[in-house]
Amino acid sequence: MSLAVPFRHRQAAHCESGVMAALVTHGGLPLSEPMAFGLAATLSFALIPFVRLSGLPLVAYRMPPGAIIRGVCKRLGMRMRRQTFRHAEQGMEALDRALGEGHVVGLQSSVFWLPYFPEDMRFHFNAHNLIVYGRDGGDYLVSDPVFEEAVRCDRASLMKARFAKGALAARGLMYYPERIPVELDHARAIPAAIRTNYRMMARSPLPFVGLRGIRLMGKRLVRLGRDPRRRDDYLPRFLGHIVRMQEEIGTGGAGFRFMYGAFLRESATLLDCAVLRNASEAMTEAGDTWRLFALRASKMCKGREPMDPPMLADIISRCADREGVAWDLLRRVEPRRRS
Amino acid sequence: MKEADVPQDGIPTYGGRRKLFYAVAEDGAYVAVQSSGWEAEAIATASALEEIERQRTEAWRRARSGATSPLEYYMHCRRMDLALLAKTTGFSRWRIRRHFRPAVHARLSDRILARYSEALGIDAATLRILVECP
Repeated sequence: MSLAVPFRHRQAAHCESGVMAALVTHGGLPLSEPMAFGLAATLSFALIPFVRLSGLPLVAYRMPPGAIIRGVCKRLGMRMRRQTFRHAEQGMEALDRALGEGHVVGLQSSVFWLPYFPEDMRFHFNAHNLIVYGRDGGDYLVSDPVFEEAVRCDRASLMKARFAKGALAARGLMYYPERIPVELDHARAIPAAIRTNYRMMARSPLPFVGLRGIRLMGKRLVRLGRDPRRRDDYLPRFLGHIVRMQEEIGTGGAGFRFMYGAFLRESATLLDCAVLRNASEAMTEAGDTWRLFALRASKMCKGREPMDPPMLADIISRCADREGVAWDLLRRVEPRRRS
Repeated sequence: MKEADVPQDGIPTYGGRRKLFYAVAEDGAYVAVQSSGWEAEAIATASALEEIERQRTEAWRRARSGATSPLEYYMHCRRMDLALLAKTTGFSRWRIRRHFRPAVHARLSDRILARYSEALGIDAATLRILVECP
């Protein structure tokens, strides 16, 4: 059996924003990846000490998985058909049916069981997103947004990847838009999305979320540096973990700060707004500062540079300052009424 | 990050592939740029991989000396931990830990091994024995 919907693969920095941008664009409304990311108000920061991944606290630079899908739907006023399955075979049959009806289908899956991933990138992370746009014999035609080209995946592996168990298990989640709007009112959607994001980053009631969370991470590093029992073993592992979350996990660099900067810049052009352009520049500077942190921290955890937590905390505090400048500017962006 | 500063360090963990980054072009607009990787990212990924590798060889050594069963080694081969293996097989953790005892492992039925085989993607005959080198 061979079946493929005409579909253009486009590489993206992040899986979920890439899938959403591609699905909406395919449906007839051109949407860039940064625009999908920004409209969903996905930029965040959280350091959650009581949620642990292999003994290390959760560090996130964005909202939890699923937020981009929901956020884009909300801002665009579109509905997504979402299905999960109890049995793997049912999930595969439903996928075949949807493809037969001509849909391009988004899937949540594990990274580990996808055979086209390089060995070193295969970890048990269950909230990866990809698009299936056809079948060719026993293979599915896959547009995985983080890859340069479209790829293929055999049925057995795809089934295993969709139904992998553990944290954030997908339970075969598949989704496709039911109806995509013909146009998007940028003057309303963009300020509303920025407002939502502003509240989370600058007005968070929780000390470990947003700008306060960033500063908290700096303080924690200083405290770990003073703790003789955790300085030598735990601290380097923690630093490596932060850098991985910031750079490795499909972020577009600097924990999504550059992607958000790109969103602000695109919005500045669309709305012809100088404040957005300035905020974009401040966000870029914040991103550059995060990159500086990653560079120094990775060298320290490798022992190529002496461990200096106060210095790292100082860089982190500069990140929070720069982001603070951006959010102060963005606070003034008001939704415009449609005339 | 300027377009020209997008790292092209050709890091091994990308396996020859390139990822997409957003960077600022000459005129101040953002553009998408492909990158062959950054050294800082490579260090962070490598240290996570080293930790996995350390656990794997350690499990092999203990299986070799009879302190644990080959099953624990194969679990690490698939980069899993006890919690994930329990979720995937449907066995409870303590039951799996019991299967890590060589004496118990040697008597495991084909049906139980089949469930491990399904979860790990390793055939049942292999699960009974330890490979010669880690």
